Amino acid sequence: MTTLDPTDTTGTTTVASSTGRTPGTRATNVIAIATGVAMTWLVLFALVFSPADANQGESVRLMYIHLPTIWVAYLSFTVTAVSSGLYLFTKKQSLGWDRLAGASAEIGVIFVGLTLVVGSLWGRLTWGVFWQWDARLTTTALLFVTYIGYLAVRRLGGSHQQRAKRSAVIGLVSVLLLPLVHWSVRIWRSLHQSPTILDTDLDADIDGTMLLSVFIGMVAFSLLYTWLVMYRTRVMAMEDLVEDQGLDLALAERRAEGVGR
Amino acid sequence: MSRSSESIDRSAAGATAVVELRDVVATLGRFPALSGATMRVERSEIVLLRGPNGAGKTTLLRLCAGLVPVVRGEAFVMGHDLSVDRERVRPLVGLLGHQNGLYADLTVAENVRFWGATVGASTAEVDAAMDRMGVADRLADVPVRKLSAGQKRRAALAGLVARRAQVWLLDEPHAGLDQTGRDELDATLQQAADAGATILVASHELDRAESLATRAIDVVAGQTSDGHLS
Amino acid sequence: MRVLRVAWLIARKDLAIERRSRIITNQVLPFAAVTMVIFGFALDANTDVLELVAPGLVWLATMFSLLLLVQRTFAVESDDGALDAMRVAGVDPRAIFVGKAIGLGIQLLVLEVVLLAAAVILYGETIRGSGVVLLVTTLISATCGLAAVGTLYGGLAAGSKGRETLLPLLTFPAVAPVLIGATRAVESALGTGAAELSEGWQWVSLLAVFAVAFGVGGALAFGPLIDE
Repeated sequence: MTTLDPTDTTGTTTVASSTGRTPGTRATNVIAIATGVAMTWLVLFALVFSPADANQGESVRLMYIHLPTIWVAYLSFTVTAVSSGLYLFTKKQSLGWDRLAGASAEIGVIFVGLTLVVGSLWGRLTWGVFWQWDARLTTTALLFVTYIGYLAVRRLGGSHQQRAKRSAVIGLVSVLLLPLVHWSVRIWRSLHQSPTILDTDLDADIDGTMLLSVFIGMVAFSLLYTWLVMYRTRVMAMEDLVEDQGLDLALAERRAEGVGR
Repeated sequence: MSRSSESIDRSAAGATAVVELRDVVATLGRFPALSGATMRVERSEIVLLRGPNGAGKTTLLRLCAGLVPVVRGEAFVMGHDLSVDRERVRPLVGLLGHQNGLYADLTVAENVRFWGATVGASTAEVDAAMDRMGVADRLADVPVRKLSAGQKRRAALAGLVARRAQVWLLDEPHAGLDQTGRDELDATLQQAADAGATILVASHELDRAESLATRAIDVVAGQTSDGHLS
Repeated sequence: MRVLRVAWLIARKDLAIERRSRIITNQVLPFAAVTMVIFGFALDANTDVLELVAPGLVWLATMFSLLLLVQRTFAVESDDGALDAMRVAGVDPRAIFVGKAIGLGIQLLVLEVVLLAAAVILYGETIRGSGVVLLVTTLISATCGLAAVGTLYGGLAAGSKGRETLLPLLTFPAVAPVLIGATRAVESALGTGAAELSEGWQWVSLLAVFAVAFGVGGALAFGPLIDE
């Protein structure tokens, strides 16, 4: 099992084939453009085309960011869990899965943070408070901290294989944790009845344009996520490659040390 | 007891080496502790690993024990490929590193019995092991924290004996022992080798260990080469 | 089953060490008791408020003490390289996990009983007869979950420098469900805030599921986590 071996091209062949100085390839550039287009549409719809809400006023426009970001966060943590599993349980144990898991988790954490911030702003505008101890918010906050812990575990050091194995295990454990957290928080908050003015769901018969705006938001942010993950995974592959080459240098130095005696 | 430096016939037909390493690279974090180790050890040999501090002797022993992963190269212990099967190797070898693996608050007897029981040794085997290492009777009920370095070493070795490990990996076992302690240790190692165990000893104590070993391997800057015994 | 037998050996060994060294009895239990007193200072020792939040404070103090207990149980192993020695000896990591968790769990139970006693004395809590079964069941199921989580992350955080601070970060979000569930269940058992017994049993089922999930998951995850 050659772990720091630079001749191990698992997941790094696409890096070598890029022509420019950035990790971008044609695929990522296409997605980047698509993201840009989708985002432009989103801005137009969110700020211009869709109407203000009857109850919430202009602050409903924050929803067009808030809902997509939490959706992307859940998506990214699912990807982390799946690639962690794939790393552990496939025969080859390709480091590419580990890098995907890590990149996706990093982006997921950012998006959860964003969700909490935008949500707080929305809450301040609509309810007058930044935070409420309802089920969804509490679970989201715990989600945030759990994956910060995951990222901390990734930084523990050691060889790439060690990092991958450790992180994959923690990744799966975190996923095990989530339903338990959600379940406990939900029962907790339902037992203690608080008036549901805190409902973040949009009204059932909402305006068609608003629905469309949310949908565009989902698409735009999903594209953004895809682009970021691809980019970040490739950067991680390059970082790993640099470290591997570091090993060759270190080996050469060490052997020279022996000769000099 | 001195031995002549005759080399072991390595091409003995059908003989599988107990330890076989080819160009093995192993890292501690990013640092390549082993930069290319090649060696072959046959059954019942007592091999001395000589080398300065930082040469990689400890990592080499830990690799053979299945604790450190193989980064490059091939490594086989007792026929098991260490790149694939590290866990299987572990019950077959005994490692005595810089630390003793003893619980300071428990007595010698409690420690050795615990180690024996976790690997399935019978009480008789455990008691026999303690006897052989000279830690039965007087020392048995003394808490480990009260023992001298040499006595702790012997207690740890009793655990190794109780487990009937087939490969003994000893990292500076003579350190901290007085003359009597060293003599007793050497006698034990000789006995074990005669009974079929293969022993690798990393040591600074050149005078001491050379008289015991059948062969020497020099470890320098992570690489190995055959050495001569005086 | 061999795994259970070895696990029990390890648990017994841990309890024997505690009997000799008395670190938990002399350091951690007093710490836990002191936190209960300090809570009184912070919350202005208004007896009504304290009585209402007492269950929560008991479990809060448990969580903080859990960190110390976990660190202690793994310090015992890393002091002289015993965990490494167990790995070399080929001891099944599942057995190590279950054994350490049992030892940890027993120490936790003792701690929780002490904390409950402190709540009765310091905060004026009363334990009603009808709630005793619920109370005991809660303690046991919560402890199993806490012991499993603590052992799992403790194994990861043990050993190398710069890892000990990882333990609280990983553990606290993970034990949030236990904190929520155990507090509510104890409230039901004690009748705090007019909580009903039936609610408590609902929470106990959550705690039980948590304990099983982390017990099994932890045993499987422990081996890969402590391996190099």
